[in-house]
Amino acid sequence: MRTTQDGRAQPNLGRRGFLKTGAAAAAIVVTGAAIIHSGEAWGLETKSLAPQTMRALVIIARDIFPHDRLEDKYYAIAMKSWDEKSASDAATKAMIEGGIATLDALAKSAHGVTYAEVAWEVDRVALLRQIDHGAFFGAVQGGMLAGLYNQQDVWPLFGYQGESASKGGYIHRGFNDIEWL
Amino acid sequence: MAKFDLNDDSVVVIVGSGAGGGTLGTDLARAGIKTVILEAGARYETEDFVNDEWSSFMQLAWKDPRSTSGNWRVHKDFPGLPAWIVKAVGGSTIHWAGASLRFQEHEFRGRTTYGDVAGANLLDWPVTLAEMEPWYEKAEFRMGTTRTNGIPGLPGNNNYKVLEAGAKKLGYKEVHTGRMSINSQPRDGRGSCQQIGFCFQGCKSGAKWSTLVAEIPKGEATGNLEVRPESQAVKIEHDASGKATAVVYADKDGKLQRQKARVVAVACNSIESPRLLLNSASSMFPDGLANSSGQVGRNYMRHTTGSVYGIFEKPVHMFRGTTMAGIVQDEARHDTKRGFVAGYELETLSLGLPFMAAFLNPGAWGREFTSALDGYENMAGMWIVGEDMPQETNRITLDPALKDHLGMPVASVHFDDHPNDIAMRNHAYGQGRAIYEAVGAVRTFPTPPYPSTHNLGTNRMSEKARDGVVNKWGQTHDVKNLFISDGSQFTTGAAENPTLTIVALATRQAATIAGMMARNEI
Ligand SMILES: Cc1cc2nc3c(=O)[nH]c(=O)nc-3n(C[C@H](O)[C@H](O)[C@H](O)COP(=O)(O)OP(=O)(O)OC[C@H]3O[C@@H](n4cnc5c(N)ncnc54)[C@H](O)[C@@H]3O)c2cc1C
Ligand code: SF4
Repeated sequence: MRTTQDGRAQPNLGRRGFLKTGAAAAAIVVTGAAIIHSGEAWGLETKSLAPQTMRALVIIARDIFPHDRLEDKYYAIAMKSWDEKSASDAATKAMIEGGIATLDALAKSAHGVTYAEVAWEVDRVALLRQIDHGAFFGAVQGGMLAGLYNQQDVWPLFGYQGESASKGGYIHRGFNDIEWL
Repeated sequence: MAKFDLNDDSVVVIVGSGAGGGTLGTDLARAGIKTVILEAGARYETEDFVNDEWSSFMQLAWKDPRSTSGNWRVHKDFPGLPAWIVKAVGGSTIHWAGASLRFQEHEFRGRTTYGDVAGANLLDWPVTLAEMEPWYEKAEFRMGTTRTNGIPGLPGNNNYKVLEAGAKKLGYKEVHTGRMSINSQPRDGRGSCQQIGFCFQGCKSGAKWSTLVAEIPKGEATGNLEVRPESQAVKIEHDASGKATAVVYADKDGKLQRQKARVVAVACNSIESPRLLLNSASSMFPDGLANSSGQVGRNYMRHTTGSVYGIFEKPVHMFRGTTMAGIVQDEARHDTKRGFVAGYELETLSLGLPFMAAFLNPGAWGREFTSALDGYENMAGMWIVGEDMPQETNRITLDPALKDHLGMPVASVHFDDHPNDIAMRNHAYGQGRAIYEAVGAVRTFPTPPYPSTHNLGTNRMSEKARDGVVNKWGQTHDVKNLFISDGSQFTTGAAENPTLTIVALATRQAATIAGMMARNEI
């Protein structure tokens, strides 16, 4: 367990440090039409995208915006919308599948495995850097700004308290409680 | 509440209900003048506002298409969103943070004070501070600005305390919790600030002044003011003598209506106001209404902005309480020893996590980016507001291809930073960093300007008709019953946030229009 500044205990999630090997690839497995996260105990059934594609997307999502304090599930929630959009929009589906195919090809020529199987974050990030001016990367990165950071469940993990009017604001809840200055 | 007939040609028609339009309409109504405000956006009330950055943006912001060009970074990062302003009754006073500062004396004389700055289209205002002082007093009184009229300052929140401590260590003297049009104590039928912290999303306690909560209801109570929401003006019409006669607008069903008028006042904020004039071109005014000078749309200013954030070892919780909670004014002076003309203010700013992610460094990714957000809880933030140089080529034009849902050409916003703007911004970034490092920041970073919240100068005031669009009363040089009533009148931008000056000018303009009407001059 690690503790945040105000003493709240947090489960030891998302253990993938900068040099940790292949944890994402190991944690998320594909079974049938779903991906399953053994460590976090959740599954996600895909509608339109292949589960392998969704697995790759979740790993890409973390590689783009890596927060060691966030579980993979938040990244999966952020990426789920691509599956939903792909179900109703062929162009989106083609864009996502094309992007993953490109990344997989780059990964195979450099490391002999697909993107999701590349063991080291630093190597995956180097692959992403080769495509970060393209439409696929832009869409995934741009979409995550709201898709990840606008999830109310992640806010407390960053110490952001969200809505406050219904609680009477902060006038009696620490607007000027700083003591370390 | 009043309701006026479309064919009633005795009314004053104001387009836009924000700082300029809402104030002007309320004062005219109080002077007994029948007034119609056409507002493109819908009407939301205090209870409708939401403490959620993206939902609130979707509810209130102007999202109709616009296009951009130029070397400013907003063009690259937000090509369709040059400005972050409101489309709703109350205009951008729903979003605004409340900072209410008077201009300094020399800022009304930009050309004289700063000299012949290469590439800048500087001009002195045809108004002086001395002339404006009584109107500033009236504006501060009506807005209930703290530190004026005996109203105490707001208490400082955590974000302010960090700024204050750092600034004082650097030797800055003019450091305080600001002159804010937010009630520090109950006043004018509204309560005091609850330190909710979503000032940008529409104050849910009503403590913050806006034309929506503090002006328009008073105007409506007179029986002389009708505010028509979801009524987007598309064209101002004139007669053969060149007098404005009516405003054509699309109602909420998109159907065109024509409201006749004795006087027309345009207050759509500095992007839409010139757009409306340009879209009102006719055979008599081929370059756009009131554009004989060719200055309509030019000299677009947006303040030399930017932010500095600092991450500390321990929590700050900058988002708690007023967004703009305090100010450092020492750098607002004009002092060319710093390597630029004019000056800037430093004001606290905080964004919630969602907006922080969107605006910290658009396009960035990877651990450098995420480690900054990881420090969110321990972050303090400030915003730079500095005077930028008016440039003729920074301008609003009609996009040659793009049209809005009503089939009208949209505004295209071109902006290049002037070298003076860049020098000032870099100086301010450095001072901001020094302030935070003085109190132990472990990391500081500059963030680029956000889509413009201060939009100014595109129908500027000038002594001579050839230099600008309106005279010292905001009356257009070309069409005597046509007025400009918003920040687009600004001849230069000054270092201060603009709204107090917009309200002071609108208050003054209302008295002028009432007088001209009484004397049958218009
Ligand atoms: C987040 C934020 C924070 C700010 N903080 C501060 C601050 O602390 N201090 C300060 O001084 N200023 C601040 N400002 C700036 C301030 O809000 C503006 O300067 C001010 O509101 C501008 O007044 P205006 O009358 O020019 O335009 P607005 O207040 O924007 O009003 C224009 C209105 O016209 C309407 N309109 C546009 N086109 C049409 C049309 N064709 N037909 C009908 N209606 C139309 C719009 O919908 C809008 O309601 C802030 C702005 C933002 C966005
Ligand atoms: S901090 Fe004060 S002004 Fe801002 S939203 Fe809250 S109550 Fe309103």
